[in-house]
Amino acid sequence: MPAPIRLRELIRTIRTARTQAEEREMIQKECAAIRSSFREEDNTYRCRNVAKLLYMHMLGYPAHFGQLECLKLIASQKFTDKRIGYLGAMLLLDERQDVHLLMTNCIKNDLNHSTQYVQGLALCTLGCMGSSEMCRDLAGEVEKLLKTSNSYLRKKAALCAVHVIRKVPELMEMFLPATKNLLSEKNHGVLHTSVVLLTEMCERSPDMLAHFRKLVPQLVRILKNLIMSGYSPEHDVSGISDPFLQVRILRLLRILGKSDDDSSEAMNDILAQVATNTETSKNVGNAILYETVLTIMDIKSESGLRVLAINILGRFLLNNDKNIRYVALTSLLKTVQTDHNAVQRHRSTIVDCLKDLDVSIKRRAMELSFALVNGNNIRGMMKELLYFLDSCDPEFKADCASGVFLAAEKYAPSKRWHIDTIMRVLTTAGSYVRDDSVPNLIQLITNSVEMHAYTVQRLYKALLDDISQQPLVQVASWCIGEYGDLLVSGQCEEEEPIQVTEDEVLDVLEGLLVSNLSAAVTRGYSLTAIMKLSTRFSGVNRIKKVVSIYGSSIDVELQQRAVEYNALFKKYDHMRPALLERMPIMEKSASNGPTEIVQTNGETEPSVVDSKHPPPVSQPANQANDLLDLLGGNDVVPVIQTTVPTKPASAGGELLDLLGDLSLSGVPTPAPSVATSQPSFLLDGLSSQPLFNDIAAAAIPPMTAYNKNGLKIDFTFERANPNPNVAVITIHASNSTEADMTDFVFQAAVPKTFQLQLLSPSSNVVPALNQGTVTQVIRVLNPQKQQLRMRIKLTYTLKGSPVQDLAEVNNFPPQSWQ
Amino acid sequence: MQFMLLFSRQGKLRLQKWYVPLSDKEKKKITRELVQTVLARKPKMCSFLEWRDLKVVYKRYASLYFCCAIEHQDNELITLEIIHRYVELLDKYFGSVCELDIIFNFEKAYFILDEFLLGGEPQETSKKTVLKAIEQADLLQEPRHEYFNVPVY
Repeated sequence: MPAPIRLRELIRTIRTARTQAEEREMIQKECAAIRSSFREEDNTYRCRNVAKLLYMHMLGYPAHFGQLECLKLIASQKFTDKRIGYLGAMLLLDERQDVHLLMTNCIKNDLNHSTQYVQGLALCTLGCMGSSEMCRDLAGEVEKLLKTSNSYLRKKAALCAVHVIRKVPELMEMFLPATKNLLSEKNHGVLHTSVVLLTEMCERSPDMLAHFRKLVPQLVRILKNLIMSGYSPEHDVSGISDPFLQVRILRLLRILGKSDDDSSEAMNDILAQVATNTETSKNVGNAILYETVLTIMDIKSESGLRVLAINILGRFLLNNDKNIRYVALTSLLKTVQTDHNAVQRHRSTIVDCLKDLDVSIKRRAMELSFALVNGNNIRGMMKELLYFLDSCDPEFKADCASGVFLAAEKYAPSKRWHIDTIMRVLTTAGSYVRDDSVPNLIQLITNSVEMHAYTVQRLYKALLDDISQQPLVQVASWCIGEYGDLLVSGQCEEEEPIQVTEDEVLDVLEGLLVSNLSAAVTRGYSLTAIMKLSTRFSGVNRIKKVVSIYGSSIDVELQQRAVEYNALFKKYDHMRPALLERMPIMEKSASNGPTEIVQTNGETEPSVVDSKHPPPVSQPANQANDLLDLLGGNDVVPVIQTTVPTKPASAGGELLDLLGDLSLSGVPTPAPSVATSQPSFLLDGLSSQPLFNDIAAAAIPPMTAYNKNGLKIDFTFERANPNPNVAVITIHASNSTEADMTDFVFQAAVPKTFQLQLLSPSSNVVPALNQGTVTQVIRVLNPQKQQLRMRIKLTYTLKGSPVQDLAEVNNFPPQSWQ
Repeated sequence: MQFMLLFSRQGKLRLQKWYVPLSDKEKKKITRELVQTVLARKPKMCSFLEWRDLKVVYKRYASLYFCCAIEHQDNELITLEIIHRYVELLDKYFGSVCELDIIFNFEKAYFILDEFLLGGEPQETSKKTVLKAIEQADLLQEPRHEYFNVPVY
C-alpha cells in the first residue's frame, strides 16, 4: 500500500477542483483512503492522515471518524503526534462528544510530562475545552502547576485555572493558596494571566473580592512601573509598555474599587496619571484610555477625575478613527444617567455624530441624543433630530419617530410646537411610525382644544400633498371628520386660514377611499370621517350617496360601516346628531389600562384598548349587541366587555336563543317579577358595600337590582371623579340558598344613549348561605343624563343544573344619573 | 473571547477557534451568518458590530478577515491589538505572511495561536517569547527536518 499523500499535496489537489462536485469527489476518495488506513492501525502515517482530515473538516466535511485516532495520537510518545492529536482534539472532541472523557488520562499523564512543551499542549487543551468532569478530575494537577517556578507553565496553568473555575465554580477555593505570590512575578506572561485569574475569582465571589482588595497597592505599583519605566523592547507596542497588561490591571482595579472608598482612593492617583500621560495617537494608547475611563466611572472616584474621564470621551468623539468615536458614544451612553451635566457639555459633538456614515455610530448617537434632551435644549435638539429623521436609513426611522414623540410629550414648550413636531414626523417618516402612535396622537389633538382649527388645516394640506403614509392619512382623516366644520369656515388663528369648500374636503376623503395606496384601516377611518361630516356640513346628499355605495363594498368592514351609517340616515336620523357629535376630551391614562372608557361614538373601530385584547373578546361584544337588541335599541353602540366569560362560545349560543324567545317590537318586554326592595336602601347597601365605597355611598344610595331564587344582586354607586358623566356601579351578588352558585356570569346592557363597560368579576362562584359575595364593577357613561335603565342577564349553575334569568333594572336612584 | 474566525473575501473559512462548546451544526450556522454580516460591511464602517448578544471585532488584513466575538465587559480596542499581535506573530514566523501560507500551513497557524492565546485570553504578551516557544516546539518534531518550508507530514 503506497504511503498516503502528504498534507500539502492534498491541499494543493483539492484547490485545483473547479466545482463543488469535483471537490466533494476528491474529498470522498481521500476520506476512503484515510478510513482504510485507520483500520490498518498504521502508526507511521496516522498523524498525516489526521492532519488531512482536519483540513477537510475546515472545509466543512464530516470528520467524526477521526475522533478516536486523535486519542491514539495524543497517547503516542512522539511530539509530532501529540501536537496534531491535541489540535484534532480541540477541533473534533469538544465536551459534547462521547469519547471526550477518554482524553482525561492522557492529559493527566502529559501534565506531568518531562517536556514542558508537552505539558503546555495538555494545559492548552484542557484550558480551551475541558468538560466539567475533566476539570474536576484534573484540577489538582493544574493547581500544582500553578505553583511551579517555570513561568512558561505557570502562565498556562493560570488560564487553565480560569477555565476550570468557569466550568466548576465550587473548585475556586482550591486555587486560593496558589494565588498568594502570583503578583510578585516579574514575568509579564505570568503577571498577565494571574491578573486574569484574579479578575475571574473576584467577579464570581464577593468573598474573594474582599480578600483580594488588599492587592490594590501592589497592582497600583505594577501599573506605575509599567508607565514610568523606560523603553522595554520586549513588551513595547508603539511606545507603550505592555498595553495588554495595563488594560487587564485597570479592569481588575475597576472591580476592586467598585463601591469601596478606600480602594478607590488608593487608585485615584494612578488613574489620573494614566489618563493624562498616555499617548493618544495610536489605537493602543486609546485602548488603555478607554479602559481607564471605564474604571474611573465605575469606582468611587472624586468628581475631578470623573470630569477628566468624560472629557477624554469628549476628545474621543473628535477623533478621526471611527472605532474610537464608536467606543466613546457607547461609554457616554452608559454614563449619561449618572453624569448628565458633564455629558451635556459634549452635546453638539454628539449631535454631529448623527451625520456620521457608519450605521453603528449613528445609532449610538441617536440613542445618546434622546437621552440628552431636556426642557432647555428641546427646540434645538428636536431640529437636529428631525433633520436626522428625514435623512436616516429606514431601520432607524421607527425608533427615531418614537423617540421624538416621547421627547415632545415630555418637554414640548408649547402646544403648537408639539403639533408642528408631530406633523413633521408624520410627513417625513409617516410610514414608519408605530401603530400605537395614531391613537395617541388623536388623543393629543383632541385635548389641545385651541389648536383644533390649526391642526386640521395643516393635516388637510398635508393630505393634499401626499396620501401614501398611512398613519398620517389616518390621523388626518380622523381630524377632518371631527373638525371639518372648522376647516371649511376658515377659523384658523395660528396661520393664514385656507379657503376650502365642503366639496373639496369630500373629494379628498373620497379619494382616500378609492386610492390603491390606502390600507383597509385607512379606508375605514375615511368612511367614518365622511359620515361624521354629515352633521357638520350642510350638503348631506353627497355623503348619503357615498355611504350607500359602500353598502355593497367587497370589504366586509367597509360594508358593515356603510350599512350601519345608511341605517342612521334612514330609520334613525333623529339619533344622528347626538351620535356624531364632537368628541369630549379623553382621559389621559395609560393606554393599556382596562379601566379606560372606550369612546366609540358611532365608530365601530374601537381605539387602543381593544387592540390589546385577545380575539375572544369580540365574541362577547357581539353577544352584548344581541342583548341590546332586546332593549329595542339599535345595533350601533357595542358594549365592550373587558371580561372574558368562562365559556364565550356557549354563552353566545344561549344569548342567540333569546332572540327566538322575545319579540323585537321596540318596546322592552316587561321584566319578570323582580322583588325590588325599596325603602331600606341604606341599611341593605351598607352591609354589602366594600369599604372604599363608603364615602361615595353617602352621595348615592345603593339599591337592590335583582332578588330571585336566592340570588340577590345589589348595586352600589360612586362617581368617577374626573368625569361627572360616568357612574361607577359595583354589583354585589349574594346567594342565600344552601348550595354554591358556580359558573356565575353577570351580563348587562344599556340603551344606546349610554355606554357601558364591565370589568372582571371577583370570582364566578357565589358562596352559599350568604357566606360571601361576588363583586363586579360596571362603569356607565351617561353624557345625556338620561334616566338609567339596564337589562341584566344572569347565568349560573346551582346543584348541577344551569340557571339563567333576564331582568330589567329600572329602579336606579335619580342621583345615579342626574 | 468566545471564538475567532479567519475567512477570505469569498467567505472561505481559513481558521476557526472556538472557546465555547457548541455543536457542529451551531458552529456552522454562526460561521455562515457572521461571515455574511461582516462581508456586507462597507470599508468605511467601524470595526465593531453588535451581533446577537455579543460584540464582534473584525479587521481585514489583505485578503483575510480576522473576526473575534467578545463579551460585553471586554475591551474592543485592545481586542484589535490582540488581532494585530497575532498577525505580527504569523508574519514573523512565515516571513511576510499571506493567505496562502495560512492555507497550506493551517496547523502551524493553530500552533501559533495556541501559544499566544489560551482559553480566549493572551497568555504571553511578549512577541519574542511566543516565537521562541514555537521555535523550540518545532525542533521537537520528528522526523527532525528544518521546520521552515519543509513539510513534516
